[in-house]
Amino acid sequence: MAHNGNDDWTQPAALAIPKEGYFELTRGRYGPVYPRTPACYGFNIIAKVLDGREQAIRDYGKQLEAAVAAQPDVLAPLKLHYLRWQLFDVGSGLHFQYQGIFDTDFDKYTEDAVKLFSSTGITTAFTHLEGFPADWKTNPEAFIMFVREHQVPSFLEYGEYPYVTSVEVKKALRLKAAFSEMLDQMQ
Amino acid sequence: MTALEFDDIQHIMLTGTPHLTGRYEFLSFDTPEAGQAWLAEMVPLVQSATDVRKTVNIFKRWVNLAFTWNGLRALVLDDETLATFPSEFREGMAARADILGDTGAAAPEHWVGGLAGDDLHAIVILFARDEDERVRCVGEHDALLARCPGVRSLSYLDLAATAPFEYDHDHFGYRDPVSQPQMAGSGETLIPGAGGALAPGEFLLGYPDEDGLVSNQPALEVLSRNGSYLAYRRLEEHVGTFRDYLKQNAPDAEGEELLAAKFMGRWRSGAPLMLAPEHDDPELGADPMRNNDFDYAKMDPHGYRCPVGSHARRLNPRDTEPNPNRRRMIRRSGTYGPALPEGAPDDGVERGVGMFLICASLVRQFEFAQNVWINDTAFQELGNEHDPICGTQDGTLDFTIPKRPIRKVHKGLPAFTTLRGGAYFFLPGLAALRYLSTLGQQGAS
Repeated sequence: MAHNGNDDWTQPAALAIPKEGYFELTRGRYGPVYPRTPACYGFNIIAKVLDGREQAIRDYGKQLEAAVAAQPDVLAPLKLHYLRWQLFDVGSGLHFQYQGIFDTDFDKYTEDAVKLFSSTGITTAFTHLEGFPADWKTNPEAFIMFVREHQVPSFLEYGEYPYVTSVEVKKALRLKAAFSEMLDQMQ
Repeated sequence: MTALEFDDIQHIMLTGTPHLTGRYEFLSFDTPEAGQAWLAEMVPLVQSATDVRKTVNIFKRWVNLAFTWNGLRALVLDDETLATFPSEFREGMAARADILGDTGAAAPEHWVGGLAGDDLHAIVILFARDEDERVRCVGEHDALLARCPGVRSLSYLDLAATAPFEYDHDHFGYRDPVSQPQMAGSGETLIPGAGGALAPGEFLLGYPDEDGLVSNQPALEVLSRNGSYLAYRRLEEHVGTFRDYLKQNAPDAEGEELLAAKFMGRWRSGAPLMLAPEHDDPELGADPMRNNDFDYAKMDPHGYRCPVGSHARRLNPRDTEPNPNRRRMIRRSGTYGPALPEGAPDDGVERGVGMFLICASLVRQFEFAQNVWINDTAFQELGNEHDPICGTQDGTLDFTIPKRPIRKVHKGLPAFTTLRGGAYFFLPGLAALRYLSTLGQQGAS
């Protein structure tokens, strides 16, 4: 595991990352393993949007919102902290960006992620991107390769409370709630 | 549902056999002609699932054949077809060692029997009912090799069950196997808790899998139909080290048994900790209709009964991991080496298990299990653990036993097992075996 030697959550930390996206090549099942940084594991997919598909992608935002509302743990297998989606044009046409921050190396649960992308409609958004395999429904390997080929690694990541997993954050908040409840009961 | 073609499927896919001995023989083909001549004589010995189900009480020996990618190339399968095999199979297990976590003492440079070399081409899996039959079959095969110059035996591993003979178990004494996936259409009685009837495409090529997809690797249908992939693992069991560890870390004999059960997730009898958390229940262990009927997430989320990092919970995490039925594998195995008598110090003799993990996709099933469930220190937030039984251990990792009020962490766990070799094999259906044995004639025509 690439690490800056500091996993004390009380000490904010930054980590500069080489151009390849990793310090030394560690092979996962489908490609290089990207390192855990003070900002946890992450993935950042950037791809060009097919002409005329902007609204379709924006509409998808509502779809995922509804899927999470209907089943709040629907994305649990991704071990997420945050997901962010952007559409932007800096002069070379409209581009799509999908940024995920999570607690597992992406390679490990890649098949589960692909399955989940399909069941929640994330894939539907991807079908509006250039280079996305037309046979994605029957060819999960091609889907995996698309994601791999469009991953853009960070060159710097920062964590205010580095290397803390979302499970630990939730445990801490549960403890806080339990103590608050205990103090209330002692009044 | 597509009906299973029992008469074309090598029997190892669908039936265990009542073998007490056997041999795995690893071969190399110096010329394609020699390989095909050998194969032509071997193919009639390979029984289908239909045959074995009908005749298991009559026969005393059971044969399966499988090939590495280099072996298929040595039989001069055409380049176009060879290129359509999945990349992990083409690379082979040794080349994927870093992904599998086979490092340190388990790394391919330490493997025995020529298993890491490119000249490993085929395996003959012989299971025999008794020692006399094993010796007879080995003699027959040696005679065949003498008739086929150009086919070399690289190495072999002789199997021998150890007492008690009433049930299959490894050298540590654990009943094995206890939990196997079940295939829809196999005709087996469904076992409560075994995961249900899984789509045959999880294990066999040419059938829909759990996602409704049909694997098309390799692309040549006559070859892929009813085929499968085997991951072979020769796992040495350090019985002396294991027993010493139990003695040194438990207060009494009962405590040793409990610690052994915490490592495995099951008592040596096969009884699961989930249903027998305090004391062994051999009757439960021997009852397949009861010994798998549990989950983890609802019954034991923190691992108070069955530690999160225990072997059985890692390799079949049931409701605690996404899509567990996409990661299942059929297991067949035999033990090798002499039993270490109870109370005897380690004698330095190699003993262990030679096992096959059978699945339709090595990368999705076998490699996932190795990479994520067995040898990932971050598995389910454990932080510094590998599988205590079959994970790679270098003396720096832990094993955590959750317990109220305070958990017990075993620091610096020793290696109870060491991988001594392995390989990826393609297990063709019977028609595909015949096709391979006549490749030269097709070329000539």
